[in-house]
Amino acid sequence: MSVPAPYYLGLSAVLFTLGMAGVLVRRSALIVFMSVELMLNAVNLTLVTFARLRGAVDGQVLVFFVLVVAAVEVVIGLAIIVDIFRSRDTVDVDDVDLLRG
Amino acid sequence: MLSGYAPVLVHLVLAVLLAAAVLGLHMLVGGRRPTVEKVLPYESGVWPIGSARERVPVRYYLVAMLFILFDVEIVFVYPWAVLVRELGARGIGEMFTFLALLAIGYLYLLKRRALEWE
Amino acid sequence: MTWADLSLIAPELALAAAACAALLQDAWATGPALESRSRGPAAAWIALGGVCAALLLLGVRPAGAAQVGFAGMYVRDGITRVVDLAALAAAGLGVMLSPPYLERFRLPAGEYHALLLLSTAGAMLMGASRNLVLLFLGLEMLSFPLYVLAALARRSRRSQEAGLKYLLLGAFATAFFVYGVALVYGASGTADLSRLGRAPDVPLLHAGVAFLVIGLGFEAALVPFHAWAPDVYEGAPMPATAFMSVIAKVGAFAGLLRLFPQALPQLAPAWGQMLAAIAVATMILGNLAALAQSNVKRLLAYSGVAHAGYILIGIASGGPAGSSAVLYYLLVYVAMNLGAFGVLLLLERRGEEADRVEDLAGLLGRAPWAAVVLAACMVSLAGLPPTAGFIAKLYLFRAALQDHRVALALVGALTSVVSVYYYLRVASVALSAGAADAVAVRHSRFAGVGLALAAAGVLWLGIVPGAITALVQQAVQALR
Repeated sequence: MSVPAPYYLGLSAVLFTLGMAGVLVRRSALIVFMSVELMLNAVNLTLVTFARLRGAVDGQVLVFFVLVVAAVEVVIGLAIIVDIFRSRDTVDVDDVDLLRG
Repeated sequence: MLSGYAPVLVHLVLAVLLAAAVLGLHMLVGGRRPTVEKVLPYESGVWPIGSARERVPVRYYLVAMLFILFDVEIVFVYPWAVLVRELGARGIGEMFTFLALLAIGYLYLLKRRALEWE
Repeated sequence: MTWADLSLIAPELALAAAACAALLQDAWATGPALESRSRGPAAAWIALGGVCAALLLLGVRPAGAAQVGFAGMYVRDGITRVVDLAALAAAGLGVMLSPPYLERFRLPAGEYHALLLLSTAGAMLMGASRNLVLLFLGLEMLSFPLYVLAALARRSRRSQEAGLKYLLLGAFATAFFVYGVALVYGASGTADLSRLGRAPDVPLLHAGVAFLVIGLGFEAALVPFHAWAPDVYEGAPMPATAFMSVIAKVGAFAGLLRLFPQALPQLAPAWGQMLAAIAVATMILGNLAALAQSNVKRLLAYSGVAHAGYILIGIASGGPAGSSAVLYYLLVYVAMNLGAFGVLLLLERRGEEADRVEDLAGLLGRAPWAAVVLAACMVSLAGLPPTAGFIAKLYLFRAALQDHRVALALVGALTSVVSVYYYLRVASVALSAGAADAVAVRHSRFAGVGLALAAAGVLWLGIVPGAITALVQQAVQALR
């Protein structure tokens, strides 16, 4: 007995929306990054489901790339956050506001 | 069309009810005898040292970030390792080209002394 | 992967090799000191060598039929050729214009050049993608170096902030893009762009395409995904701003070109309207917001938004005329925008960037050639003859009229008239007699050659556009 594909797609859509809400609502840069990760992993679930559904592997190959891209994104983000933290003691997105135009 | 989703709804309601019931019953019936060992933060069985809310030096983040980068690249090695026999000499060449590129990054880190603790 | 595949991506490989060389050379020369005072121009020469090698490799390849490699993921055809040319021009000018600035503000030269080259290679991959997976990878390879470039002045709070903003919003857009790839893949069963044309017209496909447009629209700074542009442009170090302002457009529009006129002609009726609406909003908002700016970087940011709207006219109109107009505009935009930024890069106000309009006052008296180049670029950005900007806009509006989108051409023409005001205001300040005492002009032979090339491009493409017009028309012949 296996779970039918629409459930997976629905779940990933819900996760993607949750991540999106997180990016829009949360103020800490770190949590915004976590939310983006959630969105990317929701996409991975979609990709694996479709690849499974169609019996092809190219969707799964893309998952590898998304994984690496997500990691690189986090590393660049953390590097910038560390730099910011060194010059002022906050990672709150709202406090980073010199450039509000 | 929409009626097809009725089972999902039923499933959802049941799941929420069940979870609430289990947690609620536990609160009502279950006993609670906290001991020192039980309330300690879990650190793989090792006696914890200091508070968990301690600040970590920035160096730690640097090394951790570099670790993530090299760590994640391994996902490309796994499928290759499974298929290495079928891919033959060309596959080996391709993978080692990839590893050589990582090595360039590593060389760069060494020269910039990003991996030295002090 | 075969030798034939590798020879196909030879220009990209040349850039990547030069990037590695620049990075290692700088690490070896300066060791752990990232912001060292004493560094030669070696990294710049390596980067320039890489760009020249890539141009040569591009030139020696005959402009014949399209060649496909990497199991159908990569295609080298006329469009690839023009996109490569635009991206390499951006890289070459970006390298030539920045050494005086990098030296003065002590930015890490090796990292700057390596990131610049990798970003260029990413834009080239986007232009050559025949598969959504490669398009995604190209987009990431284009944008990751740009995030780091924006945050390259690590001690500057503004630069940190620009980098963080760009990264957060960029990561957000990336998630949309890759979700779009997943949905299109689910709807059509393939990520191959050449087979998407036969995909059934189902809602899932439309949803996927919408997500793809969000991702690419962010990179191109189309309204309503443009909010990051002014802040990031203002905060990033100026050479990074200059480079990202053009390379992001080249990559994003190359991607849109691969997606719409080429891969999804069956969606043209529905999406033509949608894209036209976005183009109208982008042109109006970008131009109106630019009117109120007193900071040149912000002004050029909104001007970049406006130009994204103009280029989108070509995508919305579709067909060979629209596509060739997009390609032509990208080439022109690289020359004129980098020319304008190049002049600003020569200036310095008390140890800071001279990025206010009034800092340009009296430029004619102190650096006549720079003032003239700036004026020429501004005239071109405004789309007035005899410069390239005029011809480029003409092609776009003609494509819109051919596709019976009169309103689109009309809005384009009217907003261009509005833009004349703020561009010529900058030009007239630069050509005026006053003097901004605090502003110093740094002369540099390297940057001078770059400026001369940019200005020559702006005038050449404006006065004798024949050769390049033939090139872009040949590039889109396959679309007929």
